[in-house]
Amino acid sequence: MKCDRRTFVKGMGLTVAAGGAALSAGCSSMPSSGEEMKLRFHEYFKENYRLMTQLEKEQTVERLARLAKLNHDIDVQVGTQEPLEQVLYGYAFNVSRCEGFMDCVTACVKENNLDRNSKTQYIRIFEMEHGETDVGSGDGKYFHEVPVPDHYYMGVQCFHCESAPCIKACPTKATWREPDGIVVVDYDWCIGCRYCMAACPYWGRRFNWGEPHVPRAEITKKQHYLGNRLRNKGEMEKCTFCIQRSRNGKLPACVDACPTGSRVFGNLLDPDSEIRFVLKNKKVFRMKEELGTDPKFWYFID
Amino acid sequence: MKNIHINEIKAFVKDAVIWNLQGDTTYRVYIGVLMLFIAGGAYAYSVQFTYGLEATGMSNIVSWGLYISNFTFLVGVAAAAVMLILPAYIFKDKDFHRIVIIGEGVAVGALIMCLLFITVDLGGPLRAWHLIPGIGLFNWPTSILTWDVLVLNGYLALNLLVPAYILFCQYHNRKPDESKYRPFVLLSIVWAISIHMVTAFLYEGLPARPFWNNPLMGPRFLASAFAAGPALMTVVLLVIDSMTVFKIDKTIFNKLRLIITVSAIVNLIMLFSEIFKEFYAPTHHSLSAVYLYFGLDGYNSLVPWIWTAITMNILGTLMFAFNVGKKNVKMFFPASVLLFTGIWIEKGFGLIVPGLVPSPMREITNYSPTWVEIFITLGIVAMGILVITVLIRPALIIEQRYQEHLASKGEEH
Repeated sequence: MKCDRRTFVKGMGLTVAAGGAALSAGCSSMPSSGEEMKLRFHEYFKENYRLMTQLEKEQTVERLARLAKLNHDIDVQVGTQEPLEQVLYGYAFNVSRCEGFMDCVTACVKENNLDRNSKTQYIRIFEMEHGETDVGSGDGKYFHEVPVPDHYYMGVQCFHCESAPCIKACPTKATWREPDGIVVVDYDWCIGCRYCMAACPYWGRRFNWGEPHVPRAEITKKQHYLGNRLRNKGEMEKCTFCIQRSRNGKLPACVDACPTGSRVFGNLLDPDSEIRFVLKNKKVFRMKEELGTDPKFWYFID
Repeated sequence: MKNIHINEIKAFVKDAVIWNLQGDTTYRVYIGVLMLFIAGGAYAYSVQFTYGLEATGMSNIVSWGLYISNFTFLVGVAAAAVMLILPAYIFKDKDFHRIVIIGEGVAVGALIMCLLFITVDLGGPLRAWHLIPGIGLFNWPTSILTWDVLVLNGYLALNLLVPAYILFCQYHNRKPDESKYRPFVLLSIVWAISIHMVTAFLYEGLPARPFWNNPLMGPRFLASAFAAGPALMTVVLLVIDSMTVFKIDKTIFNKLRLIITVSAIVNLIMLFSEIFKEFYAPTHHSLSAVYLYFGLDGYNSLVPWIWTAITMNILGTLMFAFNVGKKNVKMFFPASVLLFTGIWIEKGFGLIVPGLVPSPMREITNYSPTWVEIFITLGIVAMGILVITVLIRPALIIEQRYQEHLASKGEEH
């Protein structure tokens, strides 16, 4: 069945090969070499990541690394690390401690190769007045010295919902929840309809309206297929709990960067983890709980 | 036997093409103007294709704009064909039977526009094959968008096949076999309702967007469609009546008027019910409605549009209710244009944009379409009108000839 599909697609492809493959990667520039043309052709007709065999995954990341070399003249490593056994990631945000420095935002932009042209950010920090609880009443665009007296700070990003409306919305199964709880996007399978974006109650998704740009010297080279690899225009993206780091036993960049220690990340299935300690001993709450999305992201108060 | 069949199809297609190529200067200018708009749209799309959707006015907050607005509205226009199909085929209404073919042509044109609007809205149009069941990965039945893909394409097929069969028979002076097409007619009636309900469910099924997450949306879509669709039909019939040799009977306009009046009144009642809910006891969920009707935090770009729309809506409804075309059917023209435009604004960007504003983080941004979006939109509309024209022209000639053939046969006996 799978073989048939590929044969069919390939056959169909030959007829539109030149034009289709050239533009497939979504790049506005025409391929400069026969090699690039061939790589893009294979990239165009590849499967959804979830249907790929291990060999196909290896082939595609090899092609992606070669394309990055050809297009940006850099050596990247695109990983395909599988989820770890007995791991379910959870995140907690300490509302009493955050002082709004936004080091997390800067670290996230750098780590995840976010588009500098449109100033894409996965994390938003809202400055809230004491007495307010609705994040909508806060100021998400503040630009002044922090912390401001009588204010507190609330960070929002993708909450990696257990029953995520975005996953239900996607018409091509280009976004799904991995066994370790991370909601990911297969950038190359996304058709850019933006239905997931309309479905998300937390404004957790970002779209590449134009061709994303990261200065060559600032590209993070250690990448993951479902994480921080370079995206193209017309594709949806979002926070992946830094899948390229977390699956290698490291903390997400935002947690690492936080100067106040307001961010807690860990394995919900490990009874000795810090996240479990927070859930057990602190007063926690989740945003828009009434929507039944079951986020894996909690707020807590010291 | 088989050869004759192929030759029959060849002759049918050949004549249809020839009839479309013939025409007086007015017709040629008309086609030329449509072609000009299509070329403009194609150029604008080449710009959007090169630079991506950043060539539009959309953003991460207003992530759907003019394209999806027009798509939503035109699904209604397509679905409204059922208001002619039902009386024509099921109640055997002779008047409607004469014009049902025009209704089906308009539905096909509207569906072509819908599919084009969806395509130009995609960030990766070349990846559209990911949506084809069997080749791609079709998230059916979970994603409502996949349902919409199915029902829209199915309805397009039904509205092409049934009229094609009937016209093909009539072209060869044969009586179409009703037992052959009747099941498909029945199916298309249910299907018409489904395309608009499913399109409403696209929005209705999103708790993230309180302005859309409203059970009245589906029924209201139908009511507004059954007013706007027949209003457009009235315009098309008035144009055919005055510009061509085909004369449309006055009783047809009166019957359409009844459908339009009832639907438009039901639509207004539902609109009133929605407004009551949003403003009698406003909650955080009413912010979109506040933004739409009065503006929010100084952002008020939609306010003049929505009040214009409501005024047109009420005025058009009143004109139909008081039967302005009683003496002169031409008076239905302004009434239809008012009602059609009012519903287009209200159900187009008056529905889509406020659903996305304010964002779930209560952030607001104004949306205004760029020249690229406007040119692409005009190009698609011109394409739709062209499709409707080239379908209806040969259809009317065939019908006319068949009627003459039947009449002459009647004289012989």
